[in-house]
Amino acid sequence: MPDTLPLIWGIVLAVAVIVYTILDGFDLGVGMLFGLEKSEANRDLMMNSVAPFWDGNETWLVLGGGGLFVAFPLAYSIIMPALYIPVIFMLLALIFRGVAFEFRHVAKPNHHWWDKAFLFGSLGAALSQGIILGALLQGITVVDNRFAGGAFDWLTPFSLFCGAGVVVGYATLGACWLNLKTIGELQQKMQRIATWLLAGLLLFIALVSLWTPLMSPRIAEKWFSLPNFYFLWPVPTITGLLAFSVYLALRKNKSLWPFLGTAGLFIISFVGLAFSTLPLIVPPDISVYQAAAAHESQLFSILGVLILLPIILIYTIFVYYIFRGKVTPESGYH
Amino acid sequence: MDFDPVMLARLQFAFTISFHIIFPAFTIGLSAYIAVLLAMWIKTNRERYQKLAKFWTKIFAVSFGMGVVSGIVLSYQFGTNWSEFSRILGNVLGPLIGYEVLTAFFLEATFLGVLLFGWGKVPRWLQLTAAIAVAFGTLMSAFWILSANSWMHTPAGFEMRDGIAYPVDWIKIIFNPSFPYRFAHMLLAAYLTTAVVVLAVAARYRVAGRFPRQSPTMLKMALGMVMLLAPLQLFIGDLHGLNTAKHQPAKIAAMEAHWHSDKPAPLLLFAWPDQQQQTNHAEIGIPNLASLIITHERDGLFPGLNDFPVEDQPPVLPVFFSFRIMVGIGLLLIGIGLLGGVLWWRGRLFDAQWFMRPLRFAWPLGFIALLAGWMTTEIGRQPWLAHQVLRTADAASPVSANSVLVSLLLFVLVYGVVFSAGIYYINRLIHKGPEPEVLEAPASPTAGRPLSGAESGSFDTLNREQSDA
Repeated sequence: MPDTLPLIWGIVLAVAVIVYTILDGFDLGVGMLFGLEKSEANRDLMMNSVAPFWDGNETWLVLGGGGLFVAFPLAYSIIMPALYIPVIFMLLALIFRGVAFEFRHVAKPNHHWWDKAFLFGSLGAALSQGIILGALLQGITVVDNRFAGGAFDWLTPFSLFCGAGVVVGYATLGACWLNLKTIGELQQKMQRIATWLLAGLLLFIALVSLWTPLMSPRIAEKWFSLPNFYFLWPVPTITGLLAFSVYLALRKNKSLWPFLGTAGLFIISFVGLAFSTLPLIVPPDISVYQAAAAHESQLFSILGVLILLPIILIYTIFVYYIFRGKVTPESGYH
Repeated sequence: MDFDPVMLARLQFAFTISFHIIFPAFTIGLSAYIAVLLAMWIKTNRERYQKLAKFWTKIFAVSFGMGVVSGIVLSYQFGTNWSEFSRILGNVLGPLIGYEVLTAFFLEATFLGVLLFGWGKVPRWLQLTAAIAVAFGTLMSAFWILSANSWMHTPAGFEMRDGIAYPVDWIKIIFNPSFPYRFAHMLLAAYLTTAVVVLAVAARYRVAGRFPRQSPTMLKMALGMVMLLAPLQLFIGDLHGLNTAKHQPAKIAAMEAHWHSDKPAPLLLFAWPDQQQQTNHAEIGIPNLASLIITHERDGLFPGLNDFPVEDQPPVLPVFFSFRIMVGIGLLLIGIGLLGGVLWWRGRLFDAQWFMRPLRFAWPLGFIALLAGWMTTEIGRQPWLAHQVLRTADAASPVSANSVLVSLLLFVLVYGVVFSAGIYYINRLIHKGPEPEVLEAPASPTAGRPLSGAESGSFDTLNREQSDA
């Protein structure tokens, strides 16, 4: 019997990445929308709507990177040098935006630099994450289990396009989050922005879905061969219906559904990409089975995941529950 | 100009991890302190403890933010700059890092939100629970990271097959020979570092005559910690040293700049180690004392650097000096504890201006000692990345020197900006101080007189506090 642990670990990592993109996605999105709002009071509200959560959200990124190291050290040792520049750029951007949360409050009234750090840090992090995604989908040159390409292999029209797509996607999530957490004029503004962003996001999803099979015969084979095609055709249909329901919910002033629906769009897009790629983890050569850590290492760490991840999810939900409802000007602690 | 990519990668890692360790070390201690303050607030119902907890929580938030962002960098650098390390040792060290994320990182990062934003929104017990969760999380974080780090010094419980390490016994891997000592030494260092910061802040308020009721509380709590922990740290450090002598003799030889194994070693107070000529210049030492400390015998012999081929010797000069800086500061802290204890015992502590004035500037002492200690142990591990398993030179990524150099410069630049701003803002928060209590005592504690019973049960308590001060 082939070892199923690598596949289980692959699914765990996929879950960690999708949870990360939704959770940190909305708070990076709020960071980017910061640039569209000039009022100081509203900016405070926007920041306070994510401030209690961002630390926990970003931890999923550590689980993504750490999990890759834990479960697939070979993949980690190839992907990180290959994507050296976008990864470092993402980290630097995250530093600026992470410290901006506290620094901005403490620096008042001279905080305009930290406003910029928050805005451009969020934008830079989202952009580089999209580029990383694109670069991974298009594949990495590997010789003898080591990265053997150049420092700028990642830089292609496709990866940049994915970068832009993730920026739009995160901004959509951020706008829907603010629609959920704010009231009045700010909420209405976010509903308008969210509608436009939603249309943009849908366009990006469609174009990436067309581009990937054109770029890679392997992916085309997966989607358009029989019998796969029979049970895959609902995927675009569900995507379209979901997007339409978000649009309606935004028009009807609903608080929660636009956010959940957009998160659903993220999940279905991600499942599609994972289907295109798995069982490969470093396309086009390395599969989860080849990259897997030793069986006893994966076993030891998966036990921790299976016990602790549900607990983490429970207390994460608990903290979101504590800070439920609309954010008010008194929400800060400063 | 040509740079050695391995040297650049080492510099980059040394820089990012040195920057990072400052914040966890501080937040491990500070979260525990905040938890204690909150517990005392709930127990005594005195507002003073609540205000102090709130005040230190703000400082905690700034430091924790910097700790999180600089920590994320590290979890990716193992791959970007040390991909061969990840490939070769990932089976053994990966799960330890994974457990750190699962048991610690999530706990602290999630409950930090409640600790910071829960005031008035959640009941007191939940506020305290959040503080304890954060403090426990930072502790668990240290547990796993120190375990992984210790394994690199004293690898155990594994076997090498086809050049890749495979785990054999997880208990032996996690509780490898140097781990218990390193963990205890690091935790004490973290609590001590925080206590010194609190002590310096309290001294600052005493000298300025501000916060006459909160500053004695801080002063007593912090001084008590220093009195207790500084001597204990000396003891634990000695045990750790003996453990190093057993497992990494070359490191001990470098710490003592001890070249010749056939002679008993003096305790060098100063020397200028010269690795090229394999000798020391300008030695000043106490004869036989190093032998006595390490072997517990006056004429005891222990391996000197001449026992190791030059390519297996750690760089002696930085190890020798950073060790002395660490020990020197440790002894200074013991002295501060003793002196403060005597003043306290005689009832003169709060008004001993000659003691308070220099104490205001003591806040970096713990950090410097901590960094010096890490440099001693990490540079002392060279040329090995994992002792006698993997050389540092064989662990780097196949990336160009240019990539590493540019990213190094960017990290220096960004951390420089962020760090300066962080220090500046923390200083600003300290300058502002805790929120005034509803019942603010007069500036001079001796002239103080309770104004009302606004604080529950306060009349009696206040009188006692005033006489304390």
